[in-house]
Amino acid sequence: MQYQERLVVIGNGMVGAKTLEEILARDRGRFSITVFGEEPHGCYNRILLSNVLNGAQSEDEVFTHTPAWYHQNDITLRAGVRVSSIDRERKVVVAEDGTEEPFDKLVIATGSRPFVPPMEGADKAGVFLFRTLADCREIAGYAKECRKAAVIGGGLLGLEAARGLATHGVEVSVVEVAPHLMVQQLDAEGAGVLQGVLEGMGLRILTGRATTRLVGNGRVQGLEFRDGETLDADMVVISCGIRANSEIARECGLEVDRGIKVDDQMRTSDESIFAVGECAQHRGVVYGLVAPLYEQAQVLADVLTGISPHSLYLGSKLATKLKVMGVELLSLGRLSDVAEDDEVVSYLEPRAGVYKKLVVRGGKLHAGCLLGESRNSGSLMDLFARDADVPDSRSVLLFPRQESGAGGIEDLPNEALICSCHQVTKKKLLSALDAGRCSVSTLGACTKAGTGCGGCKPLLQELIEAYAGGTPSDPADDWYVPGVPLSKPELMEEIRRRGLKSVSAVFRELAGGAEDPASKMGLASLLKAIWHEEYEDERDARFINDRVHANIQKDATYSVVPRIFGGVTSPEELRRIADAAEKFGAKMVKITGGQRIDLLGIRREDLPAIWDDLGMPSGHAYTKAMRTCKTCVGTEFCRYGVGDSTALGIRIERRFQGIEFPHKVKLAASGCPRNCAEATVKDIGVVAVDGGWEVYIGGAAGSRVRAGDLLCKVETPDEVLRVMGRFMQYYREHGKWMERTAAFVERVGIGLLRSVLVDDSEGICDRLDEEIQRAVDAYVDPWDEAGKPYHQTQFAGELEAAR
Amino acid sequence: MTTPETPGWVGLGPAERIPLGEGRTFVVGDQGIAVFRQRDGSVAAVQSRCPHASGPLAEGMVGGGMVICPLHSYRFDLNTGECLNDPTVCLRTFEVREQGGELLVRV
Repeated sequence: MQYQERLVVIGNGMVGAKTLEEILARDRGRFSITVFGEEPHGCYNRILLSNVLNGAQSEDEVFTHTPAWYHQNDITLRAGVRVSSIDRERKVVVAEDGTEEPFDKLVIATGSRPFVPPMEGADKAGVFLFRTLADCREIAGYAKECRKAAVIGGGLLGLEAARGLATHGVEVSVVEVAPHLMVQQLDAEGAGVLQGVLEGMGLRILTGRATTRLVGNGRVQGLEFRDGETLDADMVVISCGIRANSEIARECGLEVDRGIKVDDQMRTSDESIFAVGECAQHRGVVYGLVAPLYEQAQVLADVLTGISPHSLYLGSKLATKLKVMGVELLSLGRLSDVAEDDEVVSYLEPRAGVYKKLVVRGGKLHAGCLLGESRNSGSLMDLFARDADVPDSRSVLLFPRQESGAGGIEDLPNEALICSCHQVTKKKLLSALDAGRCSVSTLGACTKAGTGCGGCKPLLQELIEAYAGGTPSDPADDWYVPGVPLSKPELMEEIRRRGLKSVSAVFRELAGGAEDPASKMGLASLLKAIWHEEYEDERDARFINDRVHANIQKDATYSVVPRIFGGVTSPEELRRIADAAEKFGAKMVKITGGQRIDLLGIRREDLPAIWDDLGMPSGHAYTKAMRTCKTCVGTEFCRYGVGDSTALGIRIERRFQGIEFPHKVKLAASGCPRNCAEATVKDIGVVAVDGGWEVYIGGAAGSRVRAGDLLCKVETPDEVLRVMGRFMQYYREHGKWMERTAAFVERVGIGLLRSVLVDDSEGICDRLDEEIQRAVDAYVDPWDEAGKPYHQTQFAGELEAAR
Repeated sequence: MTTPETPGWVGLGPAERIPLGEGRTFVVGDQGIAVFRQRDGSVAAVQSRCPHASGPLAEGMVGGGMVICPLHSYRFDLNTGECLNDPTVCLRTFEVREQGGELLVRV
């Protein structure tokens, strides 16, 4: 057998993994590969951590290489193992656990670590770095307990961290030592505009402040600056740039400056050892952005595999986009780097938060920024990356003409770079579009575009719209649930045609028998909306909450919320609730936002008994169903009341209790336009006005806020109930699984909904009214199962092994 | 034949203690084990708590050889214990079988 050269890679970050990928793409069988990674898992996209912190993406969405990937590619991954030294003479790497790994070629991709400026007290509890997935989890967890946070460092990452923290409801101050924000990218003027925009979002910005001490007794309580001023903060995130992890190279005698010195082929001073990424210093520069590092990885792979032995890396021009929600900022090169003969073009509009500036040197774009409005960022990035001559009209560069489409994606040349992280050109994307990859996610899957920093995703969308008419071609996007390859209308038609009345029947007939646990709940909800009382209930298709009729909590206890129709209760009912709370050891008794009482910390085995004691029906506070109808005090007592909202709320709740939907549905009824029940931000809300009631749909006041759209005005409470029920059934039949009414109404459009549900343009209103009536008639209080459980262990806690 | 008396094997009582397609937590000695009866007739057993945030796995959605933790939807392969969306965690699995209508688990 032919001898396979041994390649060892130290470091399993984005650049290490990218290097491996590039090597495999060139010559799969060339090396026997071992990778050491200090973090105990596969490789993830570090750039997206701010999205994890602000909740825009989940942790599993940022993983790029799972352990299975290494396994499939015959790469030995030693995750969680630190390398302690390199023995250059014997050509072995020595791991912390004492094992040795021999190599023919070694790649050091150890990356960097956060720089912590000298200050006292940086070891206190509540002080965090922002670098790893673990940091992200800890920051998010700690923020829950905090009121005021300080981020030290007003650079790219610091601002992303600050915005991420703000989403956790913490007051955030950004402390920067330099005179202005983002000194690496912006000039003072641009930074001033940015500061205004960020302050408008609620961030507090302090510049020119050097932190000398973190104060607090064990836990951090504040910052002390060199000028003696102080700032209160119960948590601190330090984000002050990076330092190369080059110790291991220095210790084995390689040449190291600020990073491990490499030549144009990423070779260190030892010809069988290479360095790549944030640990490497190339021509005096240590790069910290992903695009240049990926270029390095490609050159390294060319050289290592011998596919292009003369490939050279000649340095990169730096383009970045700030990923802060609500801020558009493109930065090219260093804006402060202006020479005497440079031509500077700028536009400033502080009130609108717009600042645009270009530095043209020798007819080429040398540096620039677009803040607040970055419509033509694609063409500027392209000019910059290709070092192309800029057009004579400088104003076209700053202000693309919207109508003619100048600066739009269609005007870009085919060789223009759309995704600079993965060096994907427009041409490559167009051929992928031709091959039918017509969604942002499928384009990403086949070209990698958009999977780095994600900044080019809007451009990808624009490209799809311009060249593929925006038609979605990823069929899975349309499936109602992931486990059955049919859109909702197709699925409903098949279910009706074949008479499928249970979830297992759907899997058997429509999914080739493959059961998908993530699809069960959505199918159960749909089947119930189609078959009502004929639906064949399989308990394993229900989420645990719907098996035990209570809401599971983080400590595996349950919350119990009895229904209090319209929020109107009585002393007698309250006494029963109080007694039950005491008897069953409720850990918290909480008034909910929906005008009810939540008993938290109830054990599963106690559920039937507490329901018995309460003697009230289930409030369905645990399921994708009608939750509650919040009311104001209406006409009975209120001096301003126009309509009896309390009585109407009670009727609404009685009629629609327990009806299931694609997502939860919250209702409200207000007795006058003062709208004390906040009906216009509910899924369905009614407001009493002179001469009747206004019915609003698609409002929301949760993770997003949306004012509901007026569906219609009706005269009587009976009419309110009718039109509400109609919309409900329509939503049950047309809403996507887990789509709240706000998104549903936006997607379908209020115009269409009015025409179908009010003007009966499709002639389906009578059918909808009948269907919802069947659903109302099929309702049974799930808490009746207290006395007749469907199974002997339905409410059992932990079971003893031997009986 | 394995019996509850065979060393290492513990009887969990009749299989019907677990409704079809669901799971239940059993206490064996001082450890909790989540045992599942899938609709295809197979049984599986894993540690009772999710390694992520201690969610009770027996209360998760089950099917196709997978369980989804009820707290934060971490997914696990019931046969290998592998976590399908976070490679940093995995589950301990236990041998389990149904014999003559009785469930037996090996600890």
